[in-house]
Amino acid sequence: MEDERIREAIYRAVDETNEQLPKGRQLEKSPESVLFGKGGQLDSLGLVGFIVEVEQKIEEEFGVSITLADERAMSQKNSPFLTLGALARYVSTLMKEDEGSL
Amino acid sequence: MKEASSNSERVLLITGASRGVGKHLVEHYLAKGYNVVGCSRVASRLEHKRYLHFQVDVSDEAGVKRMLAEITRTYRRLDVLINNAGIASMNHVLLTPLQVARNIMETNFIGTFLLCREAAKVMKRRGFGRIVNLASVAAPLKLEGEAVYAASKAAVISFTQIIAKELATFGITVNAVGPTPIQTDLIKAVPQEKIERLVRSQAIQRLGELRDVANVIDFFIQPESDFITGQVVYLGGV
Repeated sequence: MEDERIREAIYRAVDETNEQLPKGRQLEKSPESVLFGKGGQLDSLGLVGFIVEVEQKIEEEFGVSITLADERAMSQKNSPFLTLGALARYVSTLMKEDEGSL
Repeated sequence: MKEASSNSERVLLITGASRGVGKHLVEHYLAKGYNVVGCSRVASRLEHKRYLHFQVDVSDEAGVKRMLAEITRTYRRLDVLINNAGIASMNHVLLTPLQVARNIMETNFIGTFLLCREAAKVMKRRGFGRIVNLASVAAPLKLEGEAVYAASKAAVISFTQIIAKELATFGITVNAVGPTPIQTDLIKAVPQEKIERLVRSQAIQRLGELRDVANVIDFFIQPESDFITGQVVYLGGV
């Protein structure tokens, strides 16, 4: 249930980001959609903007403030920002940790 | 991008709002019709229908994030951020306690960093924002006895110039004003003779006034200044 809400929140961030992207470079709303790097639709600045959008959508949906671009995300071997699916899993992990710390 | 909003719609956040330059800026921008949000470590006695105060330490990440979330919920926008909160401590380097150095860096630099980061996330959504950071003539004048304070302000200056480039694409300008000594609590412990020597090194030899700072900020935040970013304006001809 929570994973579903996370995915929907991320897709709302995709909608907002797509408004800024040219027609041929729209992000597809699927877990396999590649964000950045080879086959990705976003340049480095586009990725920054998208990450901030996702943080805001998660805050709107769940009322919790998460920081996606922390030291751990930056040092992971498999970047959580590679695909939408990887990002959703990473958000879910962060939120579970957040609940644990309450 | 030009901003078509009137002042009564604009929302302006000032840190260190309870006294000195910050308190003056709160009154200045309320008089101009802005919705003003202030924050400081202490509560505010100011009551005004367009003023909202948060008691928060600018170096507390969770507190700063909560404040920006509340501003977003209340106003749905943030137009201007003035990073005014700052502390100083006159000391010879050999007599400067580590904790004092840490406190100065935390408030002056980390506070500025956190506020810029979180405010820019809100500003980005409307593609418009004005950030003004408080530098100081202590940095370019390399004032003895203020090594840590000047270093913290040098950090603010570099930070301002670099994030101006990083945030330009989002319609956000970032500039800084560098005041000369102004008669506030910040300099009350500085010997009179030292202040006089400092004033003599300025092109225009007088103490700064609160209106001098407000005047530069007025210029940076006006809609027509959308081609001005990464700049540091020092008062008094330093």
